[in-house]
Amino acid sequence: MQHRIAEFFVGLLFGLGLIVAGMTDPAKVLGFLDLAGMWDPSLAFVMGGGILVGLGAFAMAKKRTTNFLGGAMLLPTSTDIDKRLIGGGLLFGAGWGLAGFCPGPAIVSLGAGQPKAAVFVAAMLAGMAVFEIVERRTSAA
Amino acid sequence: MTIDWTNFTPWAALAGGILLGLASAVFILVNGRILGISGILGGLLRPSAGDAGWRVAFVLGVLAAPALYLLVVGPVPATIDAGWGTLVLAGLLVGVGTRYGSGCTSGHGVCGLSSLSARSLVATLAFMGAGFVTVYLVRHTLA
Repeated sequence: MQHRIAEFFVGLLFGLGLIVAGMTDPAKVLGFLDLAGMWDPSLAFVMGGGILVGLGAFAMAKKRTTNFLGGAMLLPTSTDIDKRLIGGGLLFGAGWGLAGFCPGPAIVSLGAGQPKAAVFVAAMLAGMAVFEIVERRTSAA
Repeated sequence: MTIDWTNFTPWAALAGGILLGLASAVFILVNGRILGISGILGGLLRPSAGDAGWRVAFVLGVLAAPALYLLVVGPVPATIDAGWGTLVLAGLLVGVGTRYGSGCTSGHGVCGLSSLSARSLVATLAFMGAGFVTVYLVRHTLA
């Protein structure tokens, strides 16, 4: 149970961070992505702030064999830089640039009761389901 | 390049970023997991035994954030200009793209770059680059 409570509060902190940062306002996100228009560089500071804290945490994490609750450290093992990584990134970026939503902020906006966010999240989950189905077929074949 | 000084909010952005970094730090150190939203959501679509609980708990926390913000500060500002069709297309692209690319702004952009992963740097450059190009095309060539 303590795990579930910890995970809930991390999600809450994460959601609040996105709101405070301005990531949950698609107009602000698109203002950041619009280099050729009136450019709002604010969101570069979001990544800067996140990495500032993250660098120390991940350096510490890499040295540990168990987490603070005694479980395994589930750090990513893949280092592949391939077509899937780049192609997926490009598709994601195109979708991000079209609506101004990335996954976390879309979930926050859904929680805020935005009907447009609900439509976006439904389509996003459908896209993720398509990936699962295709992956399952390819691995079964 | 023209800077939009009226909407420029570096301190709020930095503070928000620090909160995101803290959440990612707690998650990796306490729970031993990468805080990557697309991976957390995507994993819910293939539930394996005992693997859904933590994902649901985390997502519920994210969903609860705007309510807490409303109580303490006020409504979450959000201007969504995209039409319904655009939202559906964008959602599909984000869903498929984040799963093929194994991550989004949180997993690659914050956690991956913090752990100095070359793979995450490439992914971040790909999605940021595509985001810049898409907005350029939509706002300055099609419009």
